[in-house]
Amino acid sequence: MGKFNVITGLAGAFVLLAASQSFAAGGGGALEHANIEPGNIASLQRGARNFMNYCSGCHSAQYVRFSTIGRDLELSDEQLSENLMFNAEKTHEVIRVSMPEADAGRWFGVAPPDLSLIGRAKGADYIYSFLKGFYVQPGSPTGVDNTVLSGTSMPHVLWELQGYQQAVFSEHTEGGVTTQHFEGFEVLTEGSMDAKAFDEFVRDTVNFLVYIAEPIRSERRTLGVWVLMYLIFFWIIAVMLKKQIWKDVK
Amino acid sequence: MAKVEAEVGKRPEGMLGGLVKWIDERFPMTSTLEYHVTKYYAAKSFNWWYVFGVLAFVVLAIQLITGIFLTMNYKPSAEEAFASVEYIMRDVEWGWLIRYLHSTGASFFFIVVYLHMFRAMLYGSYKKPRELIWLIGMLIFFVLMAEAFAGYLLPWGQMSYWGAQVIISLFGAIPVVGDGIVEFIRGDYSISDITLNRFFALHVIALPLALIGLVFVHIVALHEVGSNNPDGIEIKKNKGPDGVPLDGVAFHPYHTSKDLVAILVFLMIFSAVVFFAPEMGGYFLEHANFEPANLRATPEHIAPVWYFTPFYAILRAVPDKLWGFILFGLSVVLPVFLPWLDRSRVRSIRYRGWIYKFALTVFVITFLTLGWLGVQPAEGVYVLMARIFTVLYFAFFLLMPYYTTIDKTKPVPERVVYHG
Repeated sequence: MGKFNVITGLAGAFVLLAASQSFAAGGGGALEHANIEPGNIASLQRGARNFMNYCSGCHSAQYVRFSTIGRDLELSDEQLSENLMFNAEKTHEVIRVSMPEADAGRWFGVAPPDLSLIGRAKGADYIYSFLKGFYVQPGSPTGVDNTVLSGTSMPHVLWELQGYQQAVFSEHTEGGVTTQHFEGFEVLTEGSMDAKAFDEFVRDTVNFLVYIAEPIRSERRTLGVWVLMYLIFFWIIAVMLKKQIWKDVK
Repeated sequence: MAKVEAEVGKRPEGMLGGLVKWIDERFPMTSTLEYHVTKYYAAKSFNWWYVFGVLAFVVLAIQLITGIFLTMNYKPSAEEAFASVEYIMRDVEWGWLIRYLHSTGASFFFIVVYLHMFRAMLYGSYKKPRELIWLIGMLIFFVLMAEAFAGYLLPWGQMSYWGAQVIISLFGAIPVVGDGIVEFIRGDYSISDITLNRFFALHVIALPLALIGLVFVHIVALHEVGSNNPDGIEIKKNKGPDGVPLDGVAFHPYHTSKDLVAILVFLMIFSAVVFFAPEMGGYFLEHANFEPANLRATPEHIAPVWYFTPFYAILRAVPDKLWGFILFGLSVVLPVFLPWLDRSRVRSIRYRGWIYKFALTVFVITFLTLGWLGVQPAEGVYVLMARIFTVLYFAFFLLMPYYTTIDKTKPVPERVVYHG
């Protein structure tokens, strides 16, 4: 990537216009912008570390091979096996989960979903807001609920880092129907990270999730520039050929 | 002009010439090439609306070739289908490119075909003596819809599954036999592995075969009567002493060189989508389809892929299930009757009066708006809008015999209008 970013952006601008209005539909309140940097390798590496440490205990990424991560994130086989491959022997293996699915279903009510494609199914902003959206809810089995996915069976995995927070709702009554509007969070207990560091932590993790959803993304954009340049060159020749052939048609 | 034609028409000499002669004595090679390519004359006044037939052919080729390679790695089973698509996307060499070409090709097939059909409406290409070309073309359109629908089930994502569920269950609205038909299509009591298998068979064998056969017949019929042109006049009426239409130029090298320019422009747009926005904001590849089919979880918002949404909007506009289905079917089938609904004395929009121009403009707005409404939730003002535009959609066709009769037409010129 890198030097083609600008050209890539320009070349694909008109189609990206349409792409930018993705994920318009969806429940819950407004989502926070994740502002991930797909080209930032360091961020992706931190995201890989976060994922393996905090997510992979329960969530698989069954289509994602360590070797692919190594290739794209500039990690050697040694770095992969020492830092990321907790339950895998060979780098071509995929990210599996040690927890049996049937047990997981019994423990959580629903087995934690595979996360290979969550970045494409839900989008960066959704996951970012979801991971930041856990708040204390005494009645719930996990003790928490979520502003993005209400009633989620996922516990607040990142509580050590973020601490616990409380959600503030305001009530509006209109025509006899009372609805709750989410106003914001209030910190209950501090975590080991301050708010800014935690945001970065989640942003890196989301960046990694979006990357594993389509590892080829940056390569296809780079290749696309070459393809378009070739087509433009061929097009100029085709226009000249057409003019030559048609020049006598009156 | 004569020089170029002399080059193209020249027969090869020597060894190659001998081979050509040997084949021609056993197979009509040279005469077929001449009839369909080097001596098929079409008006020199073709504008850019006339490139969409060739572009549809290009997309067909893209779909067939990429389809072959996808079939080599795809597994048509409910257990493995979703994973095999991800295997293609991640582990098969260039698999991601082949898959994106195919998924983008599906949407572009409809873009190109819709524009090709609109061209026929602009210049009255369906009118006598080209009714049969139009009828075959409509058949191609129906087969294409079935092909796209069957193909959309194959990735076995959430939208594949639930989209198919919704569309197939529509047939259940038919009295008495409805439920039987639904079961017959699915081959099961719900959409299952069995449905996936038969849709795979239809998608890779039955329907492409029908498509290729129909495209062949479409072109044979076209070359029998000759191509229409933006003035909607017969170029065969004015022939030179050599029997060649005065306003016509040979398909090759004239129209082929022009088409090549169009094909390259098309490929640029196509590649821009493939390489920079293959999901096209969730319209070409829907977000929910990145989750595997789940029988127990209905997505909150089910919409068919964009190219079916104008008809889907009509279906939902009708409060009654059976009548919704009937109007939905009618909206798809009605264009078949255009050659007989259109009573105008002239073919081309250039020589029609303001009424047809107005009607066609309203129709374009109607079709686009219905398409947009098809992806909106069916509630509130959207329902009202869908009803209004449904009425307008049908009015365009059903009132056509009337408004094309009273519309004042302009005199049609003897020769095509051509500005070098």
